[in-house]
Amino acid sequence: MSLQADIAVRAGTFELDVDVTVGRGEVLAVLGPNGSGKTTLLRAIAGLVPVDHGRIVVDGEVLDDATSDTFVAPEHRPIGVVFQDYLLFDHLSVTENVAFGLRAHGRPKADSRTIADDWLERMGLAEFGRARPNELSGGQAQRVALARALATDPAVLLLDEPLAALDASTRNEVRRDLRRHLATFDGMRLLVTHDPVDAYALADRVAILEGGRVVQTGTIASVTAHPRSRYVADLIGTNLVVGVVADGHLHVDGGASIVVADAVPGASFAMIRPQAITLALTADPTSSARNSWPGTVGEIDRLGDRARVTIDGTLPLTAEVTTAALDALALRPGDAVHATVKATDIVTYPT
Amino acid sequence: MSSTRRGDRSELPVGVLILAVIAILFFALPFLGLLWRAPWGSVRDVLGQESVRTALWLSVRTSLTATLFALVFGVPLAWLLARVSFPGRGAVRALCLLSMVLPPVVGGVALFFSFGRRGLFGQYLDRWFDIQLPFTTWGVVVAQTFVAMPFLVITVEAALRQLDPRHEDAARTLGASRWYVFRRVTLPAIRPALIAGAVLAWARALGEFGATITFAGNFPGTTQTMPLATYLALETDPDEALIISIVLVAVSFSVLICLRDRWLGGARAALA
Repeated sequence: MSLQADIAVRAGTFELDVDVTVGRGEVLAVLGPNGSGKTTLLRAIAGLVPVDHGRIVVDGEVLDDATSDTFVAPEHRPIGVVFQDYLLFDHLSVTENVAFGLRAHGRPKADSRTIADDWLERMGLAEFGRARPNELSGGQAQRVALARALATDPAVLLLDEPLAALDASTRNEVRRDLRRHLATFDGMRLLVTHDPVDAYALADRVAILEGGRVVQTGTIASVTAHPRSRYVADLIGTNLVVGVVADGHLHVDGGASIVVADAVPGASFAMIRPQAITLALTADPTSSARNSWPGTVGEIDRLGDRARVTIDGTLPLTAEVTTAALDALALRPGDAVHATVKATDIVTYPT
Repeated sequence: MSSTRRGDRSELPVGVLILAVIAILFFALPFLGLLWRAPWGSVRDVLGQESVRTALWLSVRTSLTATLFALVFGVPLAWLLARVSFPGRGAVRALCLLSMVLPPVVGGVALFFSFGRRGLFGQYLDRWFDIQLPFTTWGVVVAQTFVAMPFLVITVEAALRQLDPRHEDAARTLGASRWYVFRRVTLPAIRPALIAGAVLAWARALGEFGATITFAGNFPGTTQTMPLATYLALETDPDEALIISIVLVAVSFSVLICLRDRWLGGARAALA
């Protein structure tokens, strides 16, 4: 009982080449920046674009296989999709929207409407059956789209950026609702999003998609504990350096060298939390901290009592200090500064 | 809203306004002339004439049939032009819209030499199926369809291009076949354009003159439509010509008024 998609899809110069698996009852979030191929992945699984290599299998049934020319048309796949801006049919009432899939499957009209109204009631939208989609709020439209996708009883539910079309004021509430409704569906669920908050709130597991490749998969805790890409590091706001460990040092491509503790020799990531970095106007030879790099202050972002300071130099870093410390040092962009971090504060793990 | 509108009006450039009013007069004056010269007293007599009624009824039948043909063939053609990319699509589109810009007489001559009894294709229609189009009522329908269909195609194609194809994708993921999607999603979504295109095509078919008289001739009862009757009457009975003209003006004007709401309705739906 699973969805397996080990596929490659070409779209112009872009190539998506991924292998994702979603188990029964599992929610997988595919998290990636815009243009990473998230929507292409969903369209391939839904059957809206054929794959160029590989295969898509749901519960043992091959839906698309480039080598054997198997291709199951989207209308015959056991897959429901909630599209990014919901794509409700404006010329139909809300009930007719939810009943659409049942009617397309040949269910009688009265039957379909009864089932659709049951779904609307379950979604807390019983009184909106006769309304037009354009009379609904974003959150309501999303629930209608969800009901419409689930009404035909699919094995797999795909959600494309389910919260991106909403404004910030309603997003949290809609996310909670979505989480509740997703929990009632015991099939395989795959959602794609660029917002890590959605992944945290809705998914059991994440796959990080960058430039058409899955660069990391795992539970959210494991992915954020050991980011393996700049994208994930940026999402959780930490510094990620990649280099080669030898003799207790991590040698970075740009020429910088970092003293690390208990690191396994070989190619390695090093994660340096911005909070672990101290800033000083001069190097302090008496300090126990093994790492101190000169640099210049780039940008300063004040966030309440904290400030994030980017340091340009042989090893570009972001440090997080209190605004009080920042003011005490009177730091301005362009000032020379020393960034210091203890070797024991640096987490290393092999690439 | 009302304050913006007032602001807009006070900022109207006077020169543009004057030119626009001249344009309005240019369109209005001919119809005023028509109405002024109309022999209102003999309206009842003229419209009661057997020949006028025959021409009117023929026009209604042929123009509606031409509109039906334009819909049946024009909607799939518009879909092909809007959705399927194939080599030479631009040339095919130009070909299909050619009769819209061509002098209708030229269209009639072209029809005559291809579908006439001795024409390139017409000889086989005659020999194999015993079908003769020229100088028949079906010839009128062919001529009208030939000049009217592009209006439907151009309107429907534009609407199909504006339509977000992802709605059709959504329908397919819900289990709808391509044909079901076309009937239940695509066509309803472009309904305003379908109606507008059909009405435009119908109005064009109703007013068709050049291609009809060239291809189908001018036989009362079989091919003499209202515009042909008007032209003929102008030489024998100008009063009759005036009254038939006014009937055509009234019909066309009311169609455009109705169409305006259709178009606005479509625009509203597109904005929502």
